[in-house]
Amino acid sequence: MTTALVTPEEPKLDHGIEENPVRPAPRFAWLIVLLASFAASAALFAALGFSIVGVIIVGYVIYLIAVTVTYSAMAGRRKGTDQLMRSLIYGAFVLALIPLVSVLWTVISIGAPAISADFLTKDMYGLKGVVDKAVVEQGAPLQGGALHAILGTLIITAIATLISVPIGLFTAIYLVEYGKTSRLAKSIRFFVDVMTGIPSIVAGLFAFSLFGILFGIGTKNGIAGAVALAVLMIPTVVRNSEEMLRIVPNELREASLALGVPVWKTVTKIVIPTAASGLASGVTLAIARVIGETAPLLLAVGVTMKTNVDPFNGPMNTLAVYAYNLFKFPLNPGYRDPSLERAWGAVLLLVIFVVLLNLLARFIAKVFAPKTGR
Amino acid sequence: MSKRIEVNDLHVYYGNFLAVEGVSMTIEAKSVTAFIGPSGCGKSTFLRTLNRMHEVIPGARVEGDVLVDGENLYGPTVDPVNVRRQVGMVFQRPNPFPTMSIKQNVLAGVTLNSKKLSNSAADELTERSLRGANLWEEVKDRLDKPGSGLSGGQQQRLCIARAIAIQPEIILMDEPCSALDPISTLAIEDLINELKDQYTVVIVTHNMQQAARVSDRTAFFNIAGTGKPGKLIELADTQTIFQNPTQKATEDYVSGRFG
Ligand SMILES: Nc1ncnc2c1ncn2[C@@H]1O[C@H](COP(=O)(O)OP(=O)(O)OP(=O)(O)O)[C@@H](O)[C@H]1O
Ligand SMILES: [Mg+2]
Repeated sequence: MTTALVTPEEPKLDHGIEENPVRPAPRFAWLIVLLASFAASAALFAALGFSIVGVIIVGYVIYLIAVTVTYSAMAGRRKGTDQLMRSLIYGAFVLALIPLVSVLWTVISIGAPAISADFLTKDMYGLKGVVDKAVVEQGAPLQGGALHAILGTLIITAIATLISVPIGLFTAIYLVEYGKTSRLAKSIRFFVDVMTGIPSIVAGLFAFSLFGILFGIGTKNGIAGAVALAVLMIPTVVRNSEEMLRIVPNELREASLALGVPVWKTVTKIVIPTAASGLASGVTLAIARVIGETAPLLLAVGVTMKTNVDPFNGPMNTLAVYAYNLFKFPLNPGYRDPSLERAWGAVLLLVIFVVLLNLLARFIAKVFAPKTGR
Repeated sequence: MSKRIEVNDLHVYYGNFLAVEGVSMTIEAKSVTAFIGPSGCGKSTFLRTLNRMHEVIPGARVEGDVLVDGENLYGPTVDPVNVRRQVGMVFQRPNPFPTMSIKQNVLAGVTLNSKKLSNSAADELTERSLRGANLWEEVKDRLDKPGSGLSGGQQQRLCIARAIAIQPEIILMDEPCSALDPISTLAIEDLINELKDQYTVVIVTHNMQQAARVSDRTAFFNIAGTGKPGKLIELADTQTIFQNPTQKATEDYVSGRFG
């Protein structure tokens, strides 16, 4: 090997880091720019004829340009780009919040008045149209409630969970810990993906015809509904659990195997506890996804006005079906408003259930999370 | 309580890729054997065949024999789980179980194998293993705290305690000090010195001084080029390897004139 001596005169190549210094900018400069942009936009629209949507859109565009220019001039180009991206992201965030807040606001403001002790403890059995006429014409209190639908939702969703969590969890364990890339595992993954995409009405038809074949055409009961929901839940549980098991570091499995622990014990004692928080929240989110299903339950469970807590026997009601049904077939077609109020109340209860489930998922995740610190 | 390992013409594959070719060697009981060699030459791969951890990787397989006191680890009736109970392993990166406390980590190998331990036996085994790993004094007041709350060096010693708690015959260590500071490294080297009174120890290291300090015998592995299989070049007393090796490649490597 020959060592070439570098001649000192050789010019240094100019490949280094581009100089792009960043200077400090005043902390609240963006706020001033924001207010100025919207003021300018409002002034513009005052001249043209006022429109709140127009003020916001034009104000936002002015702000995007102004904040980029201001920060580039004050603090350097990198800060200018940073502010532009920040503003775009915050803009997208606000945009995404609009439908959410609007839905929540509508549901709460219309549904809240319907909810009372009666609403939570009575069903609709035997109620006649005249009571709604009385509500509208004489201001009598709302009669009847959603107890049957609350119980139906809880029972059917619980049974669906009992069916789909073991199947889904064991499938995920097979896929991650045993099947890996085998042909069987690959085809299971494929079919799970296909199942994720089936429309919920198809799941309802499946349960409807399955129970029709087994127990006679037109059999409608809670179990049939739970089966329909399980068909929808299983792929979600498999996919969520698979992701959660996959992120358990391989080093932990190896550490356990190297201690002479068999594979199944490694899975039950090391992998699942490590992934437990993720698994639990995955399951809760899968429940949240099916708790509001309407169409499949309408097909498989039917509708009733009466409290029925026996899932093996006869139609039941659930919150979403209850809301749909009162909206479509009001108790008194001449006086729709009380029925609509009940429907909104049921929808609000459903939203509350979903929120509670999400809180529960967070709580479970916290309880199971691997401990750190001393 | 330690055993001699004899390897006969072992070929190690990842799928169709031959990673290590034709290794034959004898590892003496109650001694420390170090594996050295350039990166990618198959030291870790070969080490993992000694407790059948290699086959955990999908598609990985071996051809040839590994005899521990005359018994073939790859015999048709041998259960890999039993092999791993006799041949413990410490990994390059410390990997305590995050859901377990320090004490549970130490006892993991025993409790996960469903052996029932009385409270006093568990306490005694915890203390003995942690003392064996030179960690007892540092953690005795917080045995119920999570193992992941320890420093890297302490975690590695916890992993060693966990490995010796199942009382294996042989302990394999894959670069156990590569993530540690010089003081923790020294603690672990001292520990290896003590371990060899009872166990057969095999250690992979990139640190030549470490190999010289801790090992009785040293094996040098080399690789002809990328994509080629790694081979055992020579195995001899550590002194011989570092002072007058028989192979030119070994001499170049240990004297830093590699490549
Ligand atoms: N899981 C794997 N799948 C396929 N090939 C692998 C796998 N692990 C290692 N190899 C290959 O096997 C060869 C030997 O790797 P090995 O990890 O045993 O090297 P090493 O000597 O331990 O290197 P280092 O000193 O860097 O740790 C390399 O060519 C590597 O690419
Ligand atoms: Mg290695």
